Amino acid sequence: MSPVRKKRFYMVLLLLTGVSIATFLIIQAFSQNMMFFFSTTEVKQGKAPADRDFRLGGLVVNHSVQRESGSLKVHFELTDSQTPVKVEYSGILPDLFREGQGIIAKGRLNDQGVFVAKEVLAKHDENYMPPEVADSINKAQLASSEPVQP
Amino acid sequence: MIPEIGHFSLILGLGFATVLAIFPLWGSYKNNSAWIALSRPAAFGQFLFVGLSFACLVYAFIDNDFSVKYVAANSNTQLPMIFKVSATWGAHEGSLLLWGLILTLWTFAVSLFNRSLPESLNAKLLATLGLVSIGFLLFILITSNPFERLLEVPQEGRSLNPLLQDIGLAIHPPMLYMGYVGMAVSFAFAVAVLLEGRLEMAWARWTKAWTLIAWAFLTLGIALGSWWAYYELGWGGWWFWDPVENASLLPWLVATALIHSLAITGARGTFQSWSLLLAILAFALSLLGTFLVRSGVLTSVHAFTSDPSRGVFILLFLVVVVGLSLTLYSANAHKVTHSKKFSLFSKESLLLFNNVILMAMMATVLLGTLYPLILDALGLAKISVGAPYFNSVMLPLTVPLAIFMGFGFAAHWKQDQGISLLKRMSLPLILSLMTAILIPLLILPDVQGLGILGLFMSAWIGFSALYWLLRGQQGHFAKPSLQLVGSSLAHIGFAVTLTGITITSLYSIEKDIRLAEGDSYHIQQYEFRFDGVKQKQEANYLASEGSVTVLENGEFIAHLKPQKRTYLTQGMPMTEAGIDAGLNRDLFVALGERLQDGAWSVRVQYKPFIRWIWLGSILMALGALLVLAAHIRNGRRSA
Repeated sequence: MSPVRKKRFYMVLLLLTGVSIATFLIIQAFSQNMMFFFSTTEVKQGKAPADRDFRLGGLVVNHSVQRESGSLKVHFELTDSQTPVKVEYSGILPDLFREGQGIIAKGRLNDQGVFVAKEVLAKHDENYMPPEVADSINKAQLASSEPVQP
Repeated sequence: MIPEIGHFSLILGLGFATVLAIFPLWGSYKNNSAWIALSRPAAFGQFLFVGLSFACLVYAFIDNDFSVKYVAANSNTQLPMIFKVSATWGAHEGSLLLWGLILTLWTFAVSLFNRSLPESLNAKLLATLGLVSIGFLLFILITSNPFERLLEVPQEGRSLNPLLQDIGLAIHPPMLYMGYVGMAVSFAFAVAVLLEGRLEMAWARWTKAWTLIAWAFLTLGIALGSWWAYYELGWGGWWFWDPVENASLLPWLVATALIHSLAITGARGTFQSWSLLLAILAFALSLLGTFLVRSGVLTSVHAFTSDPSRGVFILLFLVVVVGLSLTLYSANAHKVTHSKKFSLFSKESLLLFNNVILMAMMATVLLGTLYPLILDALGLAKISVGAPYFNSVMLPLTVPLAIFMGFGFAAHWKQDQGISLLKRMSLPLILSLMTAILIPLLILPDVQGLGILGLFMSAWIGFSALYWLLRGQQGHFAKPSLQLVGSSLAHIGFAVTLTGITITSLYSIEKDIRLAEGDSYHIQQYEFRFDGVKQKQEANYLASEGSVTVLENGEFIAHLKPQKRTYLTQGMPMTEAGIDAGLNRDLFVALGERLQDGAWSVRVQYKPFIRWIWLGSILMALGALLVLAAHIRNGRRSA
């Protein structure tokens, strides 16, 4: 190879190596940090992973919110209007967290089947419903209204 | 009557945009100077009438004209005057009108300042901007008319979302849009050059000047958004990798690459086609950002409304713009390229490597933002990727970026020697290593590997820029050129931001605690004493106002008043944090909620160096403007 060619070859080789490393890193990080969404019904059916964080969405069940006295621990239930799931969280809840509101929680299930939330998200608009939650409610209602075979 | 004038002006603006898009372009192919000459008056008319239309909307807000649907939905007689004005761009329709107004402003500015450009290139440039304008104004008129009237006029408006009742709304969107839409100018330059199909050396210099202004605005706009989120809705966070934040970061990354690529094109004449491609990409990503924010496909604080027809229109617009410009690019790019040899180790190659890294960062953010949306749209799965994904990719990409940034400054064009470069830069290298080790040892509470790495990168970027500025090309101190001062300042600004990011991320302390009246809580040398909560009434909200006295080593330093507000019109709760700001640390207190026994849940935070993140952005923007000033001066000298 002529010196010019050789240089160009190294240049391309260097760039390709860099780009491949970056691509590898990106895909690796992506698959490790991907978080799936599950509705409460899906969680009860055992579809959610046991050893991995996921997002759980639903409406906060009326009269289910209970604070432990003397700490910041709070217990509540989420539902897609058919199946409720127990959630526990420790910390400050968002401003728009209230009973009847659609929210999304990030965390994982413990051995008792309680969802331990690390983060609770409610959006900054009182009429807002997270699309995932709206979707899961629609599905749950559709499923329950299907005619039952005798 | 006024809203109708506004609506009609907007239609007239569209008329001028059409004239601007057709006649100069036609004239440039037919060599008809009279038609080309129409471009300036058309650009002016377009700006005038879209401006008038915008003024009418502002007037409708000030006038409490609730017969206009958009005003009724976003304003209220109780709203303070400044928020009535800024509510104009507080929701979908008005923010698009602002987008349109800024586009016509940019177009008008280009038509004023580009008199020394060749006539035919100029015609194509303004025509391209006219075409973009047609797309946007049509979008507003067809899907998002802000002047739509209500048949039944309500007595009172629904008022602005309380989150937006803040000075942040007054300044963040206009700044950001100036940056976003400014990319349209770089894009139009690229398209004009490609249409012209001739190598035009002037275009790199011209495009660089316009890109610099847009980039400065974009930088400030993003920083303002981060600062606003920090004190208003973030509970102390300054960046969430929220899709909408990502949407503003994408064009920023590409524009940063573009400025550096244009620097090579301007100085050495190479990288023409790469610069053209970046200019197209930067604007495409601005449009994508608009699509993401305005179509309602996102779950985000920014996306309050959703209307599928709007999304479809922008998506279509995006596809047309990107499709046409890329077709043009593939057909004509070879005509405007001009290759020159440069060595594997040179300023060009270092700048090229960093361009590639910036593109990799862009791809990272794009993947994390779009992939979940695409999966969802196809009904395959609902997934999301959070901050850990972005952080774990961005960090390893920033390391080589920072190293090349330092060396790129001092490297010679065309060819350089590694050893000699290392020798030239040995002083800043040693200083940076010392800083990275000594600061954690002496000042910070503990030594962390990532902290040393982050501080080393920041120090290296900062010191190399500073050193090169003082040392000069000749090896002794000489009065540096304005260009060098500007670019050094921008690099130093980035170093300041990176320092802030490093220290805030690693050394912040955040505690959610339960405090009753009289309780104290300690973080390091700071004591937060909770003196209870009082009720307060303001014009449009009720507030529970906490009182927190902060002591440092027993001495009084601040009295913080965090609030929990309930806005009367919407009945919506809002948290207003109490912040004691400082150059080397912020102390942050926010009220959670009242617990059963009269105590409150409180978030207390110690945020070291967080101000540096935004301070650095201001330096970056200033640096860009100095480089621009140097450009203008040199241009005048050579003309």
